[in-house]
Amino acid sequence: MSIPGDLKYTVSHEWIRVKDNIGTVGITDYAQDKLGDIVFIELPKAGVELEANSDVAVIESVKTAADVYTPLSGKIVKVNSLLDKDPSFINSDPYNKGWIFEIQIKDMSELEKLMDSSVYQNKISED
Amino acid sequence: MKNNTSLIFEKSVKGRKAFSLPGPVAKGKKPADYIPAGFLRSSLEFPEISELDIVRHYTNLASKNFSVDGNFYPLGSCTMKYNPKINERICAYEGFKDVHPLFPCKKVQGYMSLLKEMEKLLCMITGMDEFCLHPSAGAHGELLGLMLIRAFHDKQGNRRKKIIVPDSSHGTNPSSAAMAGYRIASIKSDRDGQIDLNELRNALDDEVAALMMTNPNTLGLFEDKILEIAGMVHEKGALLYYDGANLNPLLGLCRPGDMGFDVVHLNLHKTFSTPHGGGGPGSGPVGVKKKLEPFLPVPVIRREGDILTFDFNCPDSIGMIKAFWGNTGVILKAFAYITALGDEGLKKTGETSVLNANYLRKKLEEHYNIPFNKACMHEFVISVKDLASKGVHAIDIAKALIDRGIHPPTVYFPLIVEESIMVEPTETESKSTLDSFIDEMVQIRKEAEQDPGSLKNAPVNMSVKRLDEFKAARFPDVRYKAGKNNI
Amino acid sequence: MDYTPHGREDIRQMFESLKISSVKDLYSNIPEKIRIRSYGIAEGISEPELRGVLEKFAGMNSSVKNLKSYIGGGAYEHFIPAVIDDICSKPEFYTAYTPYQAEASQGILQSIYEYQSMICELTGTDVSNASLYDGATAAAEAVLISIDKYDEGTVAISSAVNPMYRKVIETYLKSSHCNIEIVEHTEGITDVSRIERQISGKLISFISQSPNFFGCVEDVKALSDYVHDKKALSIVIANPLSLGILEAPGRNGADIVVGEGQPLGIPLCFGGPYLGFMGVKKELMRRLPGRIIGRTLDKDGKKGFVMTLQAREQHIRREKATSNICSNQALMALRAAVYMVYMGKEGMKEVGALNICNSHYLAEGVEKTGKAVLKFKKPFFNEFVIEFKKDAEEVFKIFEKENILPGAQVKEAGRNSILCCVTETKNKNDMDEYIEIVRKL
Ligand SMILES: Cc1ncc(COP(=O)(O)O)c(C=O)c1O
Repeated sequence: MSIPGDLKYTVSHEWIRVKDNIGTVGITDYAQDKLGDIVFIELPKAGVELEANSDVAVIESVKTAADVYTPLSGKIVKVNSLLDKDPSFINSDPYNKGWIFEIQIKDMSELEKLMDSSVYQNKISED
Repeated sequence: MKNNTSLIFEKSVKGRKAFSLPGPVAKGKKPADYIPAGFLRSSLEFPEISELDIVRHYTNLASKNFSVDGNFYPLGSCTMKYNPKINERICAYEGFKDVHPLFPCKKVQGYMSLLKEMEKLLCMITGMDEFCLHPSAGAHGELLGLMLIRAFHDKQGNRRKKIIVPDSSHGTNPSSAAMAGYRIASIKSDRDGQIDLNELRNALDDEVAALMMTNPNTLGLFEDKILEIAGMVHEKGALLYYDGANLNPLLGLCRPGDMGFDVVHLNLHKTFSTPHGGGGPGSGPVGVKKKLEPFLPVPVIRREGDILTFDFNCPDSIGMIKAFWGNTGVILKAFAYITALGDEGLKKTGETSVLNANYLRKKLEEHYNIPFNKACMHEFVISVKDLASKGVHAIDIAKALIDRGIHPPTVYFPLIVEESIMVEPTETESKSTLDSFIDEMVQIRKEAEQDPGSLKNAPVNMSVKRLDEFKAARFPDVRYKAGKNNI
Repeated sequence: MDYTPHGREDIRQMFESLKISSVKDLYSNIPEKIRIRSYGIAEGISEPELRGVLEKFAGMNSSVKNLKSYIGGGAYEHFIPAVIDDICSKPEFYTAYTPYQAEASQGILQSIYEYQSMICELTGTDVSNASLYDGATAAAEAVLISIDKYDEGTVAISSAVNPMYRKVIETYLKSSHCNIEIVEHTEGITDVSRIERQISGKLISFISQSPNFFGCVEDVKALSDYVHDKKALSIVIANPLSLGILEAPGRNGADIVVGEGQPLGIPLCFGGPYLGFMGVKKELMRRLPGRIIGRTLDKDGKKGFVMTLQAREQHIRREKATSNICSNQALMALRAAVYMVYMGKEGMKEVGALNICNSHYLAEGVEKTGKAVLKFKKPFFNEFVIEFKKDAEEVFKIFEKENILPGAQVKEAGRNSILCCVTETKNKNDMDEYIEIVRKL
């Protein structure tokens, strides 16, 4: 199970990569594995402003559906429309081609509430 | 020709037909004489087939289907009991089948009195004060029940926002509550698979409108703390909702009304033997205690002089929940069933459903893990989590049963048991059938341990092998279109 | 009587396995306090007695077989081909349940896939579900789709929509944040300029019916164009039997087409079980309520059918599902499918044409008597409103003497007016008799 060290993680299994005030968000390798083969993703709309932990997207596999939550407050600035055509990137490359959206971060201090890779590693080994 | 999987559209040949209709009354008149050309249809691509070929097509399809008449069908939570043939005959009487719902009430007193009589019978069977027969299925009944609960609290000027459901509940419970405008609070079950009173106490605040539960619950266990639960819920001013999907074992034994439930829905297509029709139609009547009666949907059947009529004038009613007054054709069959069985027959039905389930449970407990293994009601839940190490899952057991001519039990529900297999034999199955099922289950267990690969391949005896559900959902082909080869 | 199978020896053996002496031993955890002795309902009866009891109830009802009925209003008397009863009474269909186990349910699954395909073709939409409870709840579910899509705003309904459907939509929307506005019809049809004048707030969906409650054919294209201009959804309630001859609403811009499938081979049966159908445009596929059947391949690459897109449904999504529906009206969908196949391309057109020609024959005949007029002078399908010069109550009495129900009394149609329905079940003699009675009024 891959858990890159340079990312931050949420309890609901999202990752975020921060560069300046823009965060790129996706779901973790662990989450994609639990979901199984993904058949569809309902992407958020660029431009909407959201509070941290609000649901922004829905990922569907054959037998389940899972909400994706935004780890931080801010404005969605970009979505990965590649996933519209082929959501399987979330399965095959969750941390790169499988990114879901970019968010303009409102409050950098919220980052501190997120987990780093070692804490996340511990959390999923408990599950 | 056997195992032909062509679609009806692929069998179409230009110029063939089955239909025959009388000619028009006024010779020489055409629709275009009356309807502007712009409103008329340009084309309709429907199949063209002869009558015999239509019959062959559907006869072939029928042969690819398991059914209660053909197969043991222990589908947990669905109560797949025998559907008495007489009830089908009765439903076909001209005086039932060919009656328009908008006939003046005085012309349909047979129906009116039958429906009124049915309301009374259901009140007596459930211990409720009034019944509404309108809902088309269990989930529709839930939605109605929750609308009534909402109207009740609203009338008291006390809008409440939450509905509590146990984590073992059926998906329709939270979904119906959401449709009625509520938020959901889910509570965990306790170690015995029952409602955890502490969890309940913590969840019960002034915002709670109702607790929805089934009894016996979806593990097949009787919630024996029901009177305490009812007390706790009522003390907070909330109401108690009964999902009647599991009423069958309680027939003749005890009644939700006496347990403290305020609103009840029944599934006539489960407990009262009406056929499931390949997915429907059902009927989901709702019963209430007196205090909720003013909110029932219109029309309500009332006596006016010497006839029964429909009353649409009920100021506090929530309104209508469907066109007309219910799946009367289904209600009719359930009425015939209750009338035929009477008091003693219903009691024996409930008892035998419990006996059959416990017999299976006892015989299977040596071979399978039954997480909550104690006297059950009409069903019980096996877990095959212990077979995961062999790579065998509940789905594989299910498919192996199909090869043996048995419709699999419900799998992967309730959600609180991993790798669950929920078995509900119903009272209409003979001991011989139960014994064969036991034999097959024992053999499958052996196979799972010795040759798991063979189970992964099942079924091999059906018209198709395991189907690619990923492909179906990822590249949806949900309709045929001429000239477009979807697959 | 009852349907339990065990003989005494069976029970003895089962008790022995369970080490019990009575079923009561299995109930030990059921509080004594709530146990009952009996329900106090009547003793059971035998099958021949049961027939007698039910025949008596049936005998107290009039049927369209012994009473000439011109009543429509949401349920219609039509010719039902014998093949339908025959095919749908195959126990492999009617005693099965939801096709959860695809390999053991290919018959039902394929029949529904074919049903969906024909509903799409008939309505001019891209995706159909496997059925909903009835036309009215299908209309309500359609409105819920628009709320799911836009969250809040105004839902507008034409007053020419069947009043029962309007009531059901109102009931379903009571807990939503959306308000409902009724747009009054103009001379029996919906007038686009009135929507513009009447609606305040952001429109999210407009619901019209064609043929509408008064039987008149609406200009679905003009309505849909207007609604799309406002970036809202056009929901059209249609009579499926009319669509063999009238243009598909989907081809005229409707985003969602719903309706009552009863005219397609389903008996009147005093109001149910009927069939709610729903077809939507592709963009709305994942918001569709209820089950959907899809075609796929098995391990060996052979075609087969499964329930698909289930992540929308209650058993997976629970409170976030697109609808709570579980059991639907599958057997009624099968009836409709067999009906559509039996009528086929030409029959659907012909039966539609017969309805139009017959109803116009009666309407013209009635008007020629001078004793009544057609209330709305608009193109209609198989229903129309007759306004009598005489008191409608009295008219009814006169018809009743001849064992005829001349139509439905509906207050929406106005004073002394009735909603009259003529289908292919009426012949020239029937209608001449009707006209003669009106002449003598
Ligand atoms: C426990 C439970 N509740 C509710 C329902 C929903 O009933 P229906 O399918 O009649 O809508 C079911 C159906 O399977 C059920 O098992």
